[in-house]
Amino acid sequence: MTHCQNPKGLPDAAGDSSMLRVGVLALQGDVREHINSLTSLNVAVQKVRNPEELITVNALVIPGGESTTISMLANRVGLISPLREFIKNGHAVYGSCAGMILLADEILDGKAGQETIGGLDMTVRRNAFGRQVDSFETDLNIKDIGDAFKAVFIRAPWVERVGANVEVLASVKTDSGSDHPVMVRQGFLLASSFHPELTNDNRVHQYFVEMAKSATSVKS
Amino acid sequence: MANANSTGTPRVKQGMAEMLKGGVIMDVIDAKQARIAEDAGAVAVMALERVPADIRKDGGVARMSDPDMIDEIIAEVSIPVMAKARIGHIVEAQVLQSIGVDYIDESEVLTPADEANHIDKWQFTVPFICGATNLGEALRRIAEGAAMIRSKGEAGTGNVVEAVRHMRTIKSDIAKLKGASKEELYTAAKNLQAPYELVAQVAELGKLPVVLFTAGGIATPADAALMMLLGADGVFVGSGIFKSGDPAQRAKAIVDATTNFDKPEIVAKVSRSLGEAMVGINIDTLSESERFAGRGW
Repeated sequence: MTHCQNPKGLPDAAGDSSMLRVGVLALQGDVREHINSLTSLNVAVQKVRNPEELITVNALVIPGGESTTISMLANRVGLISPLREFIKNGHAVYGSCAGMILLADEILDGKAGQETIGGLDMTVRRNAFGRQVDSFETDLNIKDIGDAFKAVFIRAPWVERVGANVEVLASVKTDSGSDHPVMVRQGFLLASSFHPELTNDNRVHQYFVEMAKSATSVKS
Repeated sequence: MANANSTGTPRVKQGMAEMLKGGVIMDVIDAKQARIAEDAGAVAVMALERVPADIRKDGGVARMSDPDMIDEIIAEVSIPVMAKARIGHIVEAQVLQSIGVDYIDESEVLTPADEANHIDKWQFTVPFICGATNLGEALRRIAEGAAMIRSKGEAGTGNVVEAVRHMRTIKSDIAKLKGASKEELYTAAKNLQAPYELVAQVAELGKLPVVLFTAGGIATPADAALMMLLGADGVFVGSGIFKSGDPAQRAKAIVDATTNFDKPEIVAKVSRSLGEAMVGINIDTLSESERFAGRGW
C-alpha cells in the first residue's frame, strides 16, 4: 500500500482527498479492536476524542460499546454537532452495534431522551435480540462482501424500518420467523448490528475503506 | 439464512467485556440508584443488596441478592445488569443466569460458599468476571472459564491502595514474561500455578487474553483516572458513589475522569465541588479476617 504525500505536511486531512486517514471514535467501547482491523489493512488510523481530532480525519468508525454512554460523552465534549456536520459533508462513517444505534435517525427501546447523531434513514431497536445470554455468533451472507462471514452479535440491535435510499446488505431470521436487517448502507454511511472487529476476517473493514476512498474522491 | 446460531461461545462472552472498555460499572442497591447510574453514563450496573461498605459494617453472611430486587433493576435500565454470586456457589450462579443477568461476578465481597473450589464457569451461557490479586490468580480464573478479570482491591474501604497494589502486581507479572524463553515459560507456569498454555499466551500478547478492569476502594475521579493510567481497561465503583454526599454528580465526574484519565485539566474540572467523599478506612486497621482480597485463591 502506498499513500500519496500530503503536500502541506499538515495533519488536517479532512479537505485532502489524496490521503485517507480513518478516525475511530474513542470515548468508550472496543476502540482497540477497530484500530487493529484497520491497521491490518495498512490504513492510517487515529483516535478521535474531541472536535479538534475529528477535523484531522476524513472517515470515521464508531465502535461497539454502550450507546447511552458514548452519546452522553460525545455530548459532554461537544462532538454531537461536529459529527453531524462531518456526515453532512459527505465523509464515510461506519458504525458497529452501538455505532449503528448512534447513526440511526430513530431508535426504539432507548433510554429516555437518548440522543443519536443520525444520518441513516432507519429505525433501530436496541438490545433487540435479547440480553447477554441470547448473544450469539452465526455465519452471515453479506451482499457485495461475501458469504460465511462469522458475525458476532452482542446484546445487539436490529433494524426495524429502512428508508427508500437505504440498501440492506444482510439480514437475520429471528426465532419468531421475521427477517430483520443487520447490515445497511446509505450513501457513504455503513452500519452493522454485529462486530466484525472481534474476528480476524477484515472483509467488512476492507469494504468500508474502499467506500471511504470513493467518498474522498467524490469530495475533491 | 444460516440458522446455526451459537450462544455462550468464548467470543460472545469475552466480546461482551470488550464493549465495556473505557467505562465505569457502578454498584447499585435499588432501581433508583440504577437510574442515577445510567443517567451519569455508567456502562453497566452491579445489582447487590448491600454495598461493600455496609457489608463490612453489618457483618454476617453476605449472599446473592433477592431476584425481585434484580428484576426491578433490569426493568429500570437499558444498560447491562451484573450481579454477584458467592465464590463456589454454583446454584446462586444458575439462579442469576435464569433471571437474565448479563454478567455474573463470582465475588470475594460475598461470603465464600466453597473454600477450595471456584465455579466451573464453562458450564454457563452467561459470562463471568472474577477478582485477582496477581497474574497466577487471574489465569486460574480464566482457566475455569472467567471471561473478564478485575483486580480485587479492598472493597468498601474507599482506600485505593490495594487496587493499585493488585494492578501493579498483575502488570509487572505480565512484563516479566516478555521475552522469556520457552524453558522459562514452563518454570513461570509452575511458579504462577497457572496452565502453561495461558502463560504462553500472555507472554505473546503482552496482556491478559481477556479484559482487565479494576475494583476495590475507588472513591474519587482522580482514583479512577489513576487506575486507568496504571493500565486498567475500565473501573468498578462500589461504595464510593452512593456513600458520598452527591452521588449523581460524583457518578458523572468518575465517568468523565475515566474517559479523560490522561487529561489532568479535565480530571481537575470534574473534581470541583463534589461534596463529601465516602469516609475511608486505613487497610492497616483491618484484621486479616476483615480483608476480602484474601478470599479466593
